[in-house]
Amino acid sequence: MRREAPKSVADYAPLVFPGFMLVAFFVVPFGTMVAVSFFQRQQGGFYTPAFIFDNYERFLSAFFGGVLGFSIMLAVMVALVCVAIGFPFTWLISKASRRVQVVWLVALLSVLSLSEVIIGFAWSTLFSRTAGVTNLLVWAGLMAEPRALYPGFGAVLTAMVYQALPYTVLILYPAIVRLDPTLTEAARTLGASPVRAFFNVVVPGLRNTIVATLIMVFVFALGAYLLPQILGRPQHWTLSVLITDQAIYQSNMPFAAAMAVFLVLMSLALVGLTLLVGRKGDAA
Amino acid sequence: MKKFLTTNVSRRTVLAGTAMTAGMLAMPSILRAQDRSIKVGVYGGYFKDSFDEHIFPAFTEETGIAVESIAEPTGEAWLVQLEQAARANQAPADLSMMAQVAMLKGQATELWQPLDLAKITNADNLLERSVNKYPDGRVCGIGAVAWYITLVTNTDVYPEAPTSWQALWDPANADRLGLLALVSNSFLLEVTAKTFFGGTDHLSTDEGLEEVFQKLAEVKPNVRLWYRDEAQFEQALKSGEIPMGQYYHDVTGLAAADGNPVRSTFPQEGGILDSGAWALSRASQKVEEAHLFIDYMTRAETQTLMSQKVGTAPTIKRELTQLTDEEFAAVSSDIDPIIPRYDLYQTRDDFLNQKWTEMIAG
Repeated sequence: MRREAPKSVADYAPLVFPGFMLVAFFVVPFGTMVAVSFFQRQQGGFYTPAFIFDNYERFLSAFFGGVLGFSIMLAVMVALVCVAIGFPFTWLISKASRRVQVVWLVALLSVLSLSEVIIGFAWSTLFSRTAGVTNLLVWAGLMAEPRALYPGFGAVLTAMVYQALPYTVLILYPAIVRLDPTLTEAARTLGASPVRAFFNVVVPGLRNTIVATLIMVFVFALGAYLLPQILGRPQHWTLSVLITDQAIYQSNMPFAAAMAVFLVLMSLALVGLTLLVGRKGDAA
Repeated sequence: MKKFLTTNVSRRTVLAGTAMTAGMLAMPSILRAQDRSIKVGVYGGYFKDSFDEHIFPAFTEETGIAVESIAEPTGEAWLVQLEQAARANQAPADLSMMAQVAMLKGQATELWQPLDLAKITNADNLLERSVNKYPDGRVCGIGAVAWYITLVTNTDVYPEAPTSWQALWDPANADRLGLLALVSNSFLLEVTAKTFFGGTDHLSTDEGLEEVFQKLAEVKPNVRLWYRDEAQFEQALKSGEIPMGQYYHDVTGLAAADGNPVRSTFPQEGGILDSGAWALSRASQKVEEAHLFIDYMTRAETQTLMSQKVGTAPTIKRELTQLTDEEFAAVSSDIDPIIPRYDLYQTRDDFLNQKWTEMIAG
């Protein structure tokens, strides 16, 4: 079947509905946010329409730079850990029987049905001193007394990886299943060990998928708001936490909007950079 | 099926029948309050449930005005929603219970309709601080309930109750505290000023503020959790995971009554007294009903009932209530309270917020 280029206006008709939805639910809200980010904040009140850069100016400080840097670093780490765990894991399930695959995928999907709140509170219990996992270690004689594992960076990272891992696997799964099995067979015939075949054939073969997955998980993790707040100390709060503080508790919409615009721009820039580097790699 | 289609029932009859059935089902409330109703916003959860159960039905019974209670979020989220709606001439709730900081912010944009004290026969009952006024003297809010934020401890971990806010600074309490995460709801600046600098007047100057912030920063190593969500701290306090902190006196009392090992203590410097006021959105048409409602809520009997059932402190003069000494002690204290410097959160809001965030997260 050959796809023909649209010839008349009517051929574009199927685009009308998605286009409308995109405008109504993305372009308009995002445009509003950009507009509000230039408005004048009225302290002790709300805001008035204006065109000023004060809100962006306030953001350009070492403090907010640090918070933005931390948010990006956290999202990158979540993406790397998720792919590092998720890729071999998905590869292993794809080798298993159909039934085993289905069981694993259903189990992962059920994690997706948990809300962030439940995940946060569950991990805070697991990491607690009074009811947490360290009590098991004490019981097994491996530890002298139970201790709290939260709040801390490790706790935030663990919970965020837990939350993002199902996405990672679901994005990787179709590509990995479709990978031609004769490639690894050829590598094995030529004398490569299974591990070597995995790293020299499977990983490079799916490089684009891996990059795409990293980006998806990165963007997903960048919006984290609840988990850093429940499981982290204030220095582990992401920019999203501060945006919420401004929007909901300080009723400072213009500043919240400016921060959000900044966050979107930074993530777009990083995604663009990743793609650019990937393309250069292809050309080489 | 065919028979049904051929039955000789006109569309109109069906409609009439449906309307009658619906009417009969809804009869009890509709009969009493045919056209008079009011939407009232109160804090969702435990607060709203208590009001729905103990307070609102009696009001409807007496006046015939149906109360539709709306669960409002704490903090200023509700203020933002009311303001946005009022700009479109909508009122998601006619009357809302607003905390003082939100009250003042609403005043700045004239969000609240002026109230007529002459129509509120019980206005004389009110404590002076329970009446909110615009700078030009128009009344815009009437005290609904008052509540204290006090020093709370887990009784298993602390057999002896602490006596002073200074306990927060005690190095022995390293990594053991839960404190509210925002400058405008924790009121810890006021606590620090009163505990170490003789009173909240110390916050009036820049140098004073600087000193208070520095002193407060010393508390950081002791804090395990800066919480925005109350449930987060309450759970940890009950289990002893985070055995000390600041929390609401009323809810702590309720948790203790349920058998949890927690206690609320009024420190010698006083508990933090905050209050909610009834405020009427400028988009509301229910002015008459609102006045009747506020009048009912400021009655001595209603205030007594709220203290007994909801656990809040009265906003009218103590001697007018029928509270026994024991009941009064359960919801309040004779120790001079710490009154938040609400003016600061209006005039220096952004400055304080920025300094605070940098202090705790920096």
